Amino acid sequence: MKPIYLVFFALLITLPWANAYSAFNTYQFEDPVKKKRFDTLINELRCTVCQNQTIAGSNAGLAKDLRDKVYKMVNEGKTEQEIKDFMVARFTDFVLYRPPVKKSTYLLWIGPFVLLLLAIIILIIQIRKRIQTPAVAIEPQQHERVQQLLKTEKKDITHD
Amino acid sequence: MNIRALIPLTIFIVLVVFLSIGLTRDPKKIPSPLIGKPAPEFNLPTVLKPNQQVSHKDFLGKVSIVNVWASWCAACRQEHPLMVAFAKKHKTPIYGLNYKDQRSDAIRWLQAFGNPYVNSAYDVAGTAGIDWGVYGVPESFVIDKKGIIRYKQIGPFTEDIINNELIPLIAKLEQES
Repeated sequence: MKPIYLVFFALLITLPWANAYSAFNTYQFEDPVKKKRFDTLINELRCTVCQNQTIAGSNAGLAKDLRDKVYKMVNEGKTEQEIKDFMVARFTDFVLYRPPVKKSTYLLWIGPFVLLLLAIIILIIQIRKRIQTPAVAIEPQQHERVQQLLKTEKKDITHD
Repeated sequence: MNIRALIPLTIFIVLVVFLSIGLTRDPKKIPSPLIGKPAPEFNLPTVLKPNQQVSHKDFLGKVSIVNVWASWCAACRQEHPLMVAFAKKHKTPIYGLNYKDQRSDAIRWLQAFGNPYVNSAYDVAGTAGIDWGVYGVPESFVIDKKGIIRYKQIGPFTEDIINNELIPLIAKLEQES
């Protein structure tokens, strides 16, 4: 690949993050543990106005407010779970990008695996069927008859 | 006819049914976890009088409506005449929660379009908004006599919702002690 393309692809891959990171350089932490907690949290919380973005990736006003709130809570020494609970109490599990495993989310978590299992079972059944069906053996006379029939003109074998 | 030939059709129909149910549901409407819970605590100055406070304690002892609004919100403007009309016709107090607005803009808005609110809390930072789980404006809540949130409206009220949901609900809540 030409070097120019490499540069292009490198840009293509890194650009989406450029915006997200510039947005929260304003959040300074003295404690690297807290910084890590903050980074994890803002990437796991959904922006409720712009639903397909995390609060890290969104420029919406509410996302910024929520980032500020997370920053404040992290600095107050709140744990990851405490902050998540705070958000869930206000915006439901919906605010979590990884919803907790519980009764109402069983289908969500297990569903894909059930479908996969089902697909594998169907595949196995199909393959077994094909293996078990023996190739049809025919007598030499029958084979000859087939050849003859194939040679016969079409009008002779149509049914009308 | 071979019954196996119907399998793809059946799967297709099931899919269509599920997808069409999905289409009728609005993903923007997040169910509020606050229904059945006490109104979140807050203590804010009012829009019109900065030295006067409004708090969650004001909701106790009567059925009230909390309407989250802002002068920059287009849907609020669409909803506003309904709120004004409601306030004229009914005695149920409407409290405003002015969300992330400039005080001067908010005052001008009330002067231009009418003020249906007993009081509007001035939440310039949006902190009360976060506690109330507000993620868009307008949003409205109905609070019972004990200060418990009983209903949440996401997006603007419509005449239909006011007549068929809000008014019957308020009548029901008024019966409770």
